[in-house]
Amino acid sequence: MKTIVGLEIHVQLATATKLFCGCSTDYRDDGPNTHCCPVCLGLPGSLPRLNRKAVEYGLLVAKALGMRVLEESEFARKNYFYPDLPKAYQITQYDKPLAVEGIIEIEDDEGHEKIVRITRVHLEEDPGRLVHVAGASKYSLVDYNRSGIPLLEIVTEPDMRSPQEARRFLNKLRTILEYLRVFDGDREGSLRVDANISLEGSERVEVKNISSYKGVEKALTFEVTRQKNLRRRGQTVTRETRHFMEGRGITTSARGKEEEHDYRYFPEPDLRPLRVTDWVAEIDLPELPAARKNRFMAQYGISPNHARTLTGDPKLADFYERVAPVDPALAATWVADTLLGELNYRDMSIAAVPADRIAELLGLLRAETVTDRAGVQVLREMLDACAAGRPSERPAAIVKRENLGRTTGDDFSAIVRTVIASNPQAVEDYHAGRKGALNFLVGQVMKETRGRADPRELGRIVSECIEKGEV
Amino acid sequence: MAGTLDFSPDDRCNAFITTCREARFSDGALAGVAVAVKDNISTAGIRTTCASRILEGYVPPYDAHVIELLRKEGAAIVGKTNMDEFGMGSTTETSAFGPTRNPADPTRVPGGSSGGSAAALAAGLVPMALGTDTGGSIRCPAAFCGVVGLKPTYGRVSRYGLIAYANSLEQIGPMARTVEDVSRLMSVIAKYDPRDSTMLDRPYDHRPSADIAGLRVGVPEEYFGEGVDPRVAETVRDAIGVLEELGASTVPVSIPGMRYALAAYYVICTGEASSNLARFDGVRYGPAVDIRKSWHDAYQEIRQANFGAEVRRRVMLGTFALSAGYAGRYYAKALGARQKIRQDFERALRDADVIAGPTMPTVAFRLGEKTDPLSLYLADILTAPANLAGIPAISVPCGRVDGLPVGFQLMGRQFEDERVVDAAYAYEQEVRA
Amino acid sequence: MVTESDIEHIAELADIGISRDEVPEFTRQFNAILEYFEVLDTVEGESAPADGITNVFREDEPRPCLPQEAVLANAGSTENGFIKTPRVM
Repeated sequence: MKTIVGLEIHVQLATATKLFCGCSTDYRDDGPNTHCCPVCLGLPGSLPRLNRKAVEYGLLVAKALGMRVLEESEFARKNYFYPDLPKAYQITQYDKPLAVEGIIEIEDDEGHEKIVRITRVHLEEDPGRLVHVAGASKYSLVDYNRSGIPLLEIVTEPDMRSPQEARRFLNKLRTILEYLRVFDGDREGSLRVDANISLEGSERVEVKNISSYKGVEKALTFEVTRQKNLRRRGQTVTRETRHFMEGRGITTSARGKEEEHDYRYFPEPDLRPLRVTDWVAEIDLPELPAARKNRFMAQYGISPNHARTLTGDPKLADFYERVAPVDPALAATWVADTLLGELNYRDMSIAAVPADRIAELLGLLRAETVTDRAGVQVLREMLDACAAGRPSERPAAIVKRENLGRTTGDDFSAIVRTVIASNPQAVEDYHAGRKGALNFLVGQVMKETRGRADPRELGRIVSECIEKGEV
Repeated sequence: MAGTLDFSPDDRCNAFITTCREARFSDGALAGVAVAVKDNISTAGIRTTCASRILEGYVPPYDAHVIELLRKEGAAIVGKTNMDEFGMGSTTETSAFGPTRNPADPTRVPGGSSGGSAAALAAGLVPMALGTDTGGSIRCPAAFCGVVGLKPTYGRVSRYGLIAYANSLEQIGPMARTVEDVSRLMSVIAKYDPRDSTMLDRPYDHRPSADIAGLRVGVPEEYFGEGVDPRVAETVRDAIGVLEELGASTVPVSIPGMRYALAAYYVICTGEASSNLARFDGVRYGPAVDIRKSWHDAYQEIRQANFGAEVRRRVMLGTFALSAGYAGRYYAKALGARQKIRQDFERALRDADVIAGPTMPTVAFRLGEKTDPLSLYLADILTAPANLAGIPAISVPCGRVDGLPVGFQLMGRQFEDERVVDAAYAYEQEVRA
Repeated sequence: MVTESDIEHIAELADIGISRDEVPEFTRQFNAILEYFEVLDTVEGESAPADGITNVFREDEPRPCLPQEAVLANAGSTENGFIKTPRVM
């Protein structure tokens, strides 16, 4: 059974002010209803004024996705009554969106390149935020700080064939938007997705308001299972709107009034149309992820996998380019494998990591002043300091303080001899040709030396000692 | 010469919803001049109701652009005037605060929807007032009460702070007892405001001139046809004759689109209104919504309880005209008709410099006389076309029929408000002399 | 021609709230008005853009917001800086 997925993605654009008023968009650390004015509160008599930057950002995305910008586009009112919508209509774009017909390339489930077609992108305003009070109280609370934040809605054709493809599409889209510097994915709630999903030959279901990347794959996976089960039982999938319950990982039917919307769109009489096709030629696109990946491979000679990982986030790619001069290959391994893993473990952003210190650490590794294992230890100390908001020590200072400097094997001869003497069984196994025995002995020495020695060199010394019978 | 104006009018015609007993004023072009403001224009610190219970107790936290300009030029804002609820009417009878009476005859309506402003002027309570005109709401009461009112070119006066009824049609405009005062007030309020994106930077700074020699006055047959009281038509023809005596010439013109002007006007204004008035939900302002009820129940209840019948009728009409399956037949066709009417006026105003006709087809109705909505709508037939076309139009008194004032309407090209003011001024100076 | 049930449906769509005894009168008035609107059926052609004015913008520069007290001043009931509203479901 073929799965067919199309997405409508709403991203908050990273402008300084709201779409139609001068209120600051930087509201997340402030109290409710503190970033509001007559316009975004929909007070009687207020009028919207269009933020030029939001249009520029929309066009930047349109150009990056190879879209056609409409000769004339206009805003329209989408009328519906909801307590978070202060004017009782959302200013959006309806039959004259900003741009149409674009593409994004992703990998399909077999690892082949495939194209997902973009239907349209348009600008619209975010509603306010409703807080549902827990307990018996029947009312909700509303905060209009979010009201009027510019959203770019990106609509795809139903070109994805699995929840995993949808996730890859979103990752790719997010990367592009971050490269264009029009979107900050770290802001809570800055991306929301409505997903249309159907099994071939069945009705389409719309899952609304998924507010995370992981949520999209989860919601779609749940829907595929649910719809397949329905069909297996001989029931039909009904065309409907469903809500994703993030916490429980399930979707539930949204019956009732919500499904019979008649939005009564008409052109927004308070705004003028846009004629901006000639702006597109003026836009200089920054290097986009695909181009940067290819350049990384060519310029730094690193593997496609490393290049993909490193270019998956513009901040990470910038970071890599700052430390790569030390040793591009070494830097690629350390940033893409070691550092990313440590950051994920700590739920830290790359933005918090000082590139100059990491370059110093790479220098120590390259000069073989420290072993890989000691290097990880130094890295952890540095990241812990950053996570705690302390300035990171220089790696050389940590090495000195913790006595982590690489030492040659000869300095460990006493330890090697002790380890051999106290593990006669292992020595016997070694003589019997059991391969694990040497590794075991080396491991014991490493433990005693706290990783300061190179394991390969240690291996040589340990086997020499046993061969010579120096115990 | 800043100071405070003591304002305690004998408001026997119920022109005001709110009066400011001590109105402060400062220096400027209108220093100390008492100005009454229609109650759909936001005034910081003074309640602004649109004559509706749904805005009971609402005190705007900001001034409309025109109010900022008035205060800057020293005017004393002495009160907020009565009107049809949200501007929806031609009689000022749909106000939640009771009807206004016509000072010329208290058994008659003052016209609407800016009836309070016109009555306050006619009763001599203030020398200047602001009205708003969506389909004739300045000109109709000016005609019925015997005062002067100008609907400016669309985009000449900022709508920022005007509580919207029909955004694409309405303008704030000056009203006064003389053309000269209308022009003075217009000079103050018609200044560029970037907050209104539909506005152009075309400030009005004009002293009226009575020299109209060579002016070509277009006379459209449609303004003197069926439905127009022949005595009103005759009075207006006499007024056109006065312009001719002053050196103007007349040319016959035609506005064929008039036949669907009113239908187009009502589809567009009710459509926009159905959207504009949906925000009054009792959450952020107005009478508090019952938060124990579910959203839709509470919302319907507060709207039913606090909007009058005419408002609800127009909201329903507009909702219907925009709804799926009907928008193509009503809203889209209305936009097409509007385009034709605009072109008709453009064509007519190539042959003529101004277009002249009656403001209203009749003199003021008796209070309670018009109960059927459609017959009331038909009364806007001569005023609404200027709103559809976005052109300036002035009404100036030109005599009486049955002892009641008749209004003489002069319309002009877009952004030629000065020319209609001059034509009205020339007429007024001539008949006063 | 609209029926009384059409009127009830429109009132529901408009979320305006009308009482039962208003329905017959609204229906009669609607029909008279819609009959008058029939003249629009004779309009041919589409509407062109209103006029040439396009691209009216504001720069992306922050302006002062209202103080929270002013935002809440006209609200019926508030709680910890939020405005209370009926719940949707």
